[in-house]
Amino acid sequence: MIVLYSFDPIKPDFGLFFWTVLTFIVFWTLMAKFAFRPIANALKKRATMIQEALDEAKKARKEMEQLKAENERLLDEARKERAALLKEAKESGEKLIQQAREKAKEEASKILEEAHRQIEKQKEEVLKEVRQQVGTIIIDLVEKILHKELKSEEAHKQLIEERLKRLESNASNFN
Amino acid sequence: MILGWLKGGWSLLLVLGTMVAYGQHEGALHDVLPEAMHAEEGGHGQEEHHGDFDLAAIAVHHIANQNHYVIGPIGIPLPCFLYTSEDGWTVCMSSVFGPDVSHHFNGHYAYRHYVMYGGTVYRVVGEDFPDGKVEIEGFVVKADTVEGSDKEQLFVRYRGRLYPLVPKSTFDAGLLGGGITGFYDFSISKNVVGMFVVAALLFWLFRRMARSYESEEGMAPRGINMLLEPIYEFIEKDVVKPFLGPKWEKYNPFLQSVFFFILGLNLFGQIPFFGSLNITGNLTVTMALALFTFFIVNLSGNRHYWQHVFWMPGVPSWVKVILTPVEFLSLFIKPTTLMFRLFANILSGHLVLVIFVGLIFVFGKAGENTIASLASAVPSMLFSMFMMALELLVALIQAFVFTILSASYLGSAVEEAHH
Repeated sequence: MIVLYSFDPIKPDFGLFFWTVLTFIVFWTLMAKFAFRPIANALKKRATMIQEALDEAKKARKEMEQLKAENERLLDEARKERAALLKEAKESGEKLIQQAREKAKEEASKILEEAHRQIEKQKEEVLKEVRQQVGTIIIDLVEKILHKELKSEEAHKQLIEERLKRLESNASNFN
Repeated sequence: MILGWLKGGWSLLLVLGTMVAYGQHEGALHDVLPEAMHAEEGGHGQEEHHGDFDLAAIAVHHIANQNHYVIGPIGIPLPCFLYTSEDGWTVCMSSVFGPDVSHHFNGHYAYRHYVMYGGTVYRVVGEDFPDGKVEIEGFVVKADTVEGSDKEQLFVRYRGRLYPLVPKSTFDAGLLGGGITGFYDFSISKNVVGMFVVAALLFWLFRRMARSYESEEGMAPRGINMLLEPIYEFIEKDVVKPFLGPKWEKYNPFLQSVFFFILGLNLFGQIPFFGSLNITGNLTVTMALALFTFFIVNLSGNRHYWQHVFWMPGVPSWVKVILTPVEFLSLFIKPTTLMFRLFANILSGHLVLVIFVGLIFVFGKAGENTIASLASAVPSMLFSMFMMALELLVALIQAFVFTILSASYLGSAVEEAHH
């Protein structure tokens, strides 16, 4: 036969009941006040902290993306500007060259003209000189040829003068 | 790997330890027996014969609450607060009874009409039994048949005479074999000490955890907090919040306390050679805890809740006639199931474990047959290991089940009408 006399786990006894209730009330009160409340607060605080950090990271990422886009845009603009500048520079360079060329041409033609004029002038001077020389030579020649015939030097000189004038007008006509 | 070795070693230690312990129990039974046989002529009942190893008695003894705490060979005396209406309060240490650790914790002395039998205090009935501390000669158990049912009566032998003993009062009104006897035991018993230790340990752990949030703010939890925090959060997120909705914060401390208290007690009872505590496997403890749930649920019940209990809306009147008594009964059935579920699960675990280990002594004929004893030790050890692993799981599951059901009852009590 089984000795059930001391099978006491199933018998609700006053002492153990009293102590269980007391222990649990004290345990519950202390735990609620000194453990679970601060733990709950700390966990809540940490949860908000983590959420904030996450939000901040998200925001930062968004800002980064915006910044990147902005950079990209700026770079693009700069690139375009550079291209435009280069084009402009090229154009203006070409224009300058063109202008220089034209100026040079002008200058050259001017120089040429001047040279022509100078040449003309010198030619005239030379012609004049030549004419005088030719006149003198002719006079000399004529003197030498007509030396004897010319008695009145004055009359002769008049004749030569006349002749020379005619010649001159002829020359100017010729010219 | 290391854990495996530890487990193996632990079980081996358990088996060897219990071999030693039961060897002693066996001796204790032989000590009681001759007296019981002598008492036969004096008694009018049928004498019970305990010749063999009585596994059931051992198992029952091991799951009982006691007035003496024993760790291995060391007996720790506990304070006893005993009350009878005629003698008033008697306060003493359990060591005054001279409990013999190697003899089933049977006391050698009587003190002011109290004796210790099997680690439990009993009151001696008898006008001529001396007051004060006297040496007693032993205990006698006699089986009697009263009104067709077996009843056992315990006696103490003093100066050749047998005096009947009465156990402490219980409030089961005789339903579970107890009743009011006029003797009330408010002692700090083994189970009470276990509860104190567990409560203090848990409080220390959680207080430390709470402090670490302040001192180590912004840092990840470490050490034991790393284990406690997920469990705490699991209870909060998966038990309290889903059932209680917006009112979860108000009831969170209670449910957390219940969970960790039960879990702590369950696990503390799993430690071998640590007093073999069976706290949550004691109906009184689970009854107290279930009553907390009962009162909190019904005291926080709102109009909606009581309406659903007494006059369920949306059902025909004739159904209400059936439904109302059922709902009313369920108010009491719910905490009752909480009480019995936890109690039975933990108690059965402890019993099965004790019985598996005890099988060694049954097969070994209490030490007479060494070969059978050793042969049965192997399967017994394997079974015990399996049971211990299972019990760890049960410890967690039962704590969780108690908490989640309490949360669900609470949830239905505070839920707002939504139809």
